[in-house]
Amino acid sequence: MHSTSVTAASALLCRGLIKRYDDVVAVDGLDLEVRAGECFGLLGPNGAGKTTTIEILEGLMPADAGEVSVLGERWGGPHDRDLRERLGIQLQETKLSDKYTVAETVRLFRSFYRRGPRPDEVIRRVSLEEKAGTWVVKLSGGQRQRLSLACALVNAPEVLFLDEPTTGLDPQSRRQVWDLVDDFRREGGTVLLTTHYMDEAQRLCDRVAIMDHGRIIAIGTPAQLIATLGADHVVEFSVEGALDLDSIAGLPGVSQARREAGGVALIVREPHVSIPALLAALTRQGLPLLSLTTHHATLEDVFVSLTGRTLRDD
Amino acid sequence: MTERKSPADSALWQLTRARIVGFLREPEAVFWVFAFPVLMALALGIAYRNQGPPRSRIGIEEGPRAGVIAAALARDAELEILRLAPAEAATALRRGRIAVLVSASGAAPPVLTYDPSRPETRLAYLATRDALERAAGRADKLDLRADTRVRPGARYIDFLIPGLIGLNLLGTGMWGVGFPIATARQQKLLKRLIATPMRRRDYLMSLMLARLVWLALEVIAVLGFGILAFGTIVRGSWLAFALVALVGALVFSALGLLVACRARTIEAVSGLMNVVMLPMWLLSGSFFSADRFPPVMQPLVQALPLTLVNNALRSIANEGAGLAAVMPPLAALGLWGLAGFIVALRLFRWE
Repeated sequence: MHSTSVTAASALLCRGLIKRYDDVVAVDGLDLEVRAGECFGLLGPNGAGKTTTIEILEGLMPADAGEVSVLGERWGGPHDRDLRERLGIQLQETKLSDKYTVAETVRLFRSFYRRGPRPDEVIRRVSLEEKAGTWVVKLSGGQRQRLSLACALVNAPEVLFLDEPTTGLDPQSRRQVWDLVDDFRREGGTVLLTTHYMDEAQRLCDRVAIMDHGRIIAIGTPAQLIATLGADHVVEFSVEGALDLDSIAGLPGVSQARREAGGVALIVREPHVSIPALLAALTRQGLPLLSLTTHHATLEDVFVSLTGRTLRDD
Repeated sequence: MTERKSPADSALWQLTRARIVGFLREPEAVFWVFAFPVLMALALGIAYRNQGPPRSRIGIEEGPRAGVIAAALARDAELEILRLAPAEAATALRRGRIAVLVSASGAAPPVLTYDPSRPETRLAYLATRDALERAAGRADKLDLRADTRVRPGARYIDFLIPGLIGLNLLGTGMWGVGFPIATARQQKLLKRLIATPMRRRDYLMSLMLARLVWLALEVIAVLGFGILAFGTIVRGSWLAFALVALVGALVFSALGLLVACRARTIEAVSGLMNVVMLPMWLLSGSFFSADRFPPVMQPLVQALPLTLVNNALRSIANEGAGLAAVMPPLAALGLWGLAGFIVALRLFRWE
């Protein structure tokens, strides 16, 4: 366990964090540092402990053990309200009042903070001007999510916490949320988000921690994490008949070979070298090829290579 | 681009506004708070309206002297006379169609058949006897006069209106506070709110303030309906009446807060709500006097907050009590409210 220390540059810090629910350990000795101005992603499958970690950092849940520092402050002191003035929080499943309008909802949340932009500016920022007078119940999923973001931005926070910000949204709505996060970052804001979407982490995050069973199993920039695979292309194929995996793992340019649902995945440095070699090997073994696809390695491949499971296994 | 807030943007006002507007946008809730008690008063007021003295039905068995007897009884306006064949007469008596059967055979005095165990048949018997005696020449020695005018304040509707107000205070107080808390907790809105610097007391106070707005309107609706439709009155102090309603509303809000302080779901709150409200619905004398319960139950019955509210409102409206007279029940209600708030705030779960 490497030790971290509070520095002026770290916006969020936790050390030796432990949280148990009855006999389930949700967070198991977690160390984490989010630097001011960066976008940090907690990536992992459902039940990995992402939400528990972010809610402890948000001061909504006490840890059983460990230290937490948010903008240099600790939760549970007399300055909790002052600290909350500086944070923007979006929870995973908040349901705002159905029969309250967008403008009324933003104005309500704005009233809790001493300072911040005018409600109509926040509404414009999340592109809901045309829906300002609409009841929450009549908004689409994407619009609701942007309203929820507006409520998190009413105080011009220094740190924005987003728990699964685009889960269940259509592709266009996801891009709109991503653009809002980009805007916030451009103004110097720090973001901590949880997600189980690899593309979201790769698109938004400067650094990513991959979580599994309450622990961080890998941490770094998306590029660094992908580099740990030893190669950045993935070839997936399936054959008719029994394949000897060892005979494939030794092919030129192949850094890893593993079985997965429906076939075999190879991590390769140069597809134009490895694929002809693979086809030749299969022909030698008399195994007809059923399918073959290739893609650039993603964080999903990193997760699979670390855990042997896919992110959506659970 | 930050700016200072105007008073209209204070958290307390914005939260209160959210409650009031949220309620107005739920037509069903508005119905239950305002229209329901008024409709109930209307229905019960009509069902139990004063219909003048009840008339007794007397059967006369057909025979030679039936005409004379009928003429004698007809002088009493409170008797309704049916002349029946002998076979029919026995059935009518058994089924309660008539209270007393008068049968005469030969020259002997008439025989009056009735059931002495029921008050109304006994009364009918006495009236029949009286009428027959007078017709036979009995002279009354005293010139008694009766005053049978019914005065406002003594009718069932006068009894009912304060009871309905008490019942409504109970229902809206508990639901008006308990339901929004349970909803907000179930929908994780409560959690979202405490993730902001919102003061928790502002949230709880906004529920109370919104409650007080409805309180004024619902009491005026029911009381005003009683005055306009049935001529009910408030004989005593209006100030005392308002104060009892206010304190009662706060007590029931405290109970609503208590019921909702931990419950995680709306279903759980509904169940608890009924557990708390049902004994008061049954025992607190909203529709009939709580004094009818046996003495052994009276300490419990009289200590229930709704009994305190109902009795205090009735004593002001119908018996003309003033502020001083309702101080003891107000003090008892104050204890209920204080205890409720303190326990609720200690147990309250925000997450």
